[in-house]
Amino acid sequence: MPVTLTIDGQEVTVPKGTTILEAAKTIGQQVPHYCYHPGMSSPAMCRLCLVEVEGAPKPMPSCVTTVMDGQVVHTQSEEATASRKAVLEFYLVNHPLDCPICDMSGECSLQDYVHEEGRDSGRSREPKRVFGRDDFGGDVLFYGDRCVMCTRCVRFMSEVEQDTRLTVVDRGNRSVIDTFFEEGLDGTNWHGNIVDICPVGALVSKDFLHKARAWDLEHTPSICTSCSQGCNIDLHTRDNLVQRLKPRENLDVNGWWMCDHGRENYEWINQGTRIEAPLVRDGNGGSKAVDWKEVLGALLEQANGAGAVKAVASPLASNEDLGALKALVEALGGGETVYRSARAEEEIVLKGFPSLARRKDLSANTTGAELMGLERAGADDATGGLADVAGHDGVLVVLGDALEDQPADFGKNAALYVFLGSHESEASANASFVLPVTTFAEQEGTFTNVAGRVQRFWPGLQAPGMARPPWLILGALVAELTEADLPRTAADAFAALASAVPAFSGLTYDDIGTRGALVNEPVQLSGD
Amino acid sequence: MAYPYVSDREVRLLSTYFGDPKQRHIETYVKRGGYSALEKALGMGPDDVVEIVKSSGLRGRGGAGFPTGVKWSFMPKEKKKAHYLLCNADESEPGTFKDRELMRWDPHQLIEGCLIGAHAIRAQHVYIYCRGEFFEANQVLARAVEDAYAKGYIGENILDSGHDIEVTVHQGAGAYICGEETGMMNSLEGRRGEPRIKPPFPAAVGAFGKPSTINNVETLCAIPHIVKNGGEWYRQWGTEKSPGTKLFCVSGHVIKPGNYELPLGFPLIELIEDVCGGMKDGNALKAVIPGGSSVPLINAEEARACKLDYEGCVDVGTMLGCASVIVMDETTDIVKQVRRMVDFYAHESCGLCTPCREGTTWTAQILRRIENGKGTEDDLDTLMEMTQNMVGTTICVLSDSVAAPVQSSIEKFRDEYLALIRRGERVGAA
Ligand SMILES: Cc1cc2nc3c(=O)[nH]c(=O)nc-3n(C[C@H](O)[C@H](O)[C@H](O)COP(=O)(O)O)c2cc1C
Ligand code: SF4
Ligand code: SF4
Ligand code: SF4
Repeated sequence: MPVTLTIDGQEVTVPKGTTILEAAKTIGQQVPHYCYHPGMSSPAMCRLCLVEVEGAPKPMPSCVTTVMDGQVVHTQSEEATASRKAVLEFYLVNHPLDCPICDMSGECSLQDYVHEEGRDSGRSREPKRVFGRDDFGGDVLFYGDRCVMCTRCVRFMSEVEQDTRLTVVDRGNRSVIDTFFEEGLDGTNWHGNIVDICPVGALVSKDFLHKARAWDLEHTPSICTSCSQGCNIDLHTRDNLVQRLKPRENLDVNGWWMCDHGRENYEWINQGTRIEAPLVRDGNGGSKAVDWKEVLGALLEQANGAGAVKAVASPLASNEDLGALKALVEALGGGETVYRSARAEEEIVLKGFPSLARRKDLSANTTGAELMGLERAGADDATGGLADVAGHDGVLVVLGDALEDQPADFGKNAALYVFLGSHESEASANASFVLPVTTFAEQEGTFTNVAGRVQRFWPGLQAPGMARPPWLILGALVAELTEADLPRTAADAFAALASAVPAFSGLTYDDIGTRGALVNEPVQLSGD
Repeated sequence: MAYPYVSDREVRLLSTYFGDPKQRHIETYVKRGGYSALEKALGMGPDDVVEIVKSSGLRGRGGAGFPTGVKWSFMPKEKKKAHYLLCNADESEPGTFKDRELMRWDPHQLIEGCLIGAHAIRAQHVYIYCRGEFFEANQVLARAVEDAYAKGYIGENILDSGHDIEVTVHQGAGAYICGEETGMMNSLEGRRGEPRIKPPFPAAVGAFGKPSTINNVETLCAIPHIVKNGGEWYRQWGTEKSPGTKLFCVSGHVIKPGNYELPLGFPLIELIEDVCGGMKDGNALKAVIPGGSSVPLINAEEARACKLDYEGCVDVGTMLGCASVIVMDETTDIVKQVRRMVDFYAHESCGLCTPCREGTTWTAQILRRIENGKGTEDDLDTLMEMTQNMVGTTICVLSDSVAAPVQSSIEKFRDEYLALIRRGERVGAA
């Protein structure tokens, strides 16, 4: 049942049961708040979201007051703004205002709100309360003096992760967030989220501590690569390095959350010693760096009549990359492609948001690989399974698999061995062509998650040297070998994939947008 | 009877047996007519009991003065879930000591009131939430409940009526905020003692998520008398809007402080000068807080005009609250008094709401600074404005309670604040 009310002079129609705060969002009016979070219960305690409701004797907390037909709400009236100004003054009575050394500075809602609507100067002349700093375990440090006592962190642990590790100790102005004795957050799997939802710098990440100022970070929408859930994230980068990962809201996938495993797993993206130029080996131990035109020309020459293809691809490669690889294998006369992927024994389900779990498959695109007909090979630690491939005497193509477990004579017998990777490895020593490719963080593309949702990611880092996205390199080869057009953008590469693989047919980058879209086939992973 | 002080101006309905230890025995209580109101009530339909209470005009004695019969009528008429009656025996408001006496001297009167109330709201279980520090009251009550179970006044099929009602005495653990009705429900359920947001109201979603009604000890103690004698009978005392008698807890600079049961509408000045024997040491009256620390204080002139009923107190700018009359003479340091009360609220704020959590302590800090001669006139403006920001902006009214003494004292006794500020300035200058 829809309800129609007026907010700030604008008529709004929302479903019955909607709160005033959420209804205001639909007309772009953000009512300031700390304790309210759409993913948790609403204690209505911060008193910042009070708004004027005509006919009500007192200002009403908009986070819990539900809309009524004909209601007239003012979020910007004298009464409402005066109330916020008053509450903000109370917040600053004990807040240390140590913004210059606070990690949250620049993205702190206390700063934002006070700048927008607070008093020009506070009236408190009293000494401030001091709690000091505490190690909460895991990745979390607690700066008690900065806490605004919104209890979001406590509620996240008890309602969402459902592993009560935090509580409010004492009462009144002596209230302080604490762990139970020495137990802390160690051993929990989702606690990084409390740092995200803490509206101030009271909970900070040890990993990120003093690493970068918020205003120096670029944000790029991306997808977590650490399991097949495909949590929507932002890459926060500076100096062409990923500084941290933050979840990006998507109610269909990860809500507002991401797991600690995924959050912590980003240093590999920053790893140096990259392959920066295409290399051609002469077979006598000599190699030289050449430009793309030359390398692709030479490669095509050798590919002629080199035999059946065996390919190994990484499930961290995008749909576009895998689609282009598949097209190349076919253009070269066909063959088989395998992928290797680490697999955990158990899922780690987020109990309060159970559609989100750290999945068993610890790579982003295993589903994409399966949908394209790649076969899973090797053990659950992503090793082995390449005995056939290692000694293959036809065409051998490796895309993105670092082959760390493989011997130095890998690919020795191959008539043509092409290695597309970001880093050299021992097992690439025999490759006649070593082609530098970008990582997901340096290119545009899509992954297909465990539920068959195709999700886009964008480049947040500059690629080193001459590295190019695999779909571009492979697509160029395919274009030479067949009638196909050269893909100029990731969208072109995706379109080629969509016309070749039924599961993706009809999907376009526009449909997928920032929230993802489902493939046309029910998804079943091998081994599940 | 050896009860400290009595007065012939009193009308003792609830406090008849104060000072008489025999009244605690169930046999004595029954011999003196006890539990006959229960028998009568059980013979009536719940709604008829509610009607009697409505007709008496009895108003809640816990502080807000809400009509009890009306409150009972909010409970669902059809019982789909368990219903609970909670008896608020957490008495913690500074200046208040009437519930303790009612429980110490006449526990069965309370139990009988609870049982009738439970019947009226279709509750099968009564929780008496008793302030933990009341060791004696807790013991006496526990004993009385045990005796009443043994005699069949509590439990299954009470007095062969077919009604089952259980009674549990629960001890609090030392938090004023657990006297606030929803804070009490949380505490009873084993959660942090913090008020809940309303709505939902207790009559819809109360203790353990079930419809519940909360009544003060004194409210429930009046019930057996009203049920036995009828609503009209009760109205022979008091005023049209504030019928009946009320226990007044008088403390401070009077010759005979204590509990006095008086008809509502009784003149405050007569309570002080006549009932309590006048001001101690012949000192002049300076100020009165008529309803416990949460209500505005009034000066001597206002006190002389004050009638002790809900409306009469409002007429002089204060409230009857729980009728805890704190009398202060000319030797009282008002700033210190107010600061001590604010210290109490700062200590007792549960800390949920920002204005209360921060404002209570901040107010106390400023007052302490003024007391120590380090205040400024600006501080008074800050106090007035900041405490106003604590009114009407929080989940419960503990926050509002700070504004009452602070604002009323600054308005009425500004000179005392200024004297402290000026003395500080002089000392600072020297
Ligand atoms: C902070 C606070 C403390 C309170 N403490 C008590 C108390 O100790 N005893 C009491 O009966 N009512 C207390 N009350 C009032 C109760 O919330 C409630 O209104 C009362 O128990 C209802 O009973 P009545 O209708 O019989 O008055 C308190 C209210 C507040 C806001
Ligand atoms: S630590 Fe942060 S999230 Fe937790 S209560 Fe304090 S301000 Fe809120
Ligand atoms: S659940 Fe999976 S996708 Fe989500 S953050 Fe964790 S590892 Fe990344
Ligand atoms: S007003 Fe004070 S005591 Fe009442 S709920 Fe809010 S913080 Fe707690």
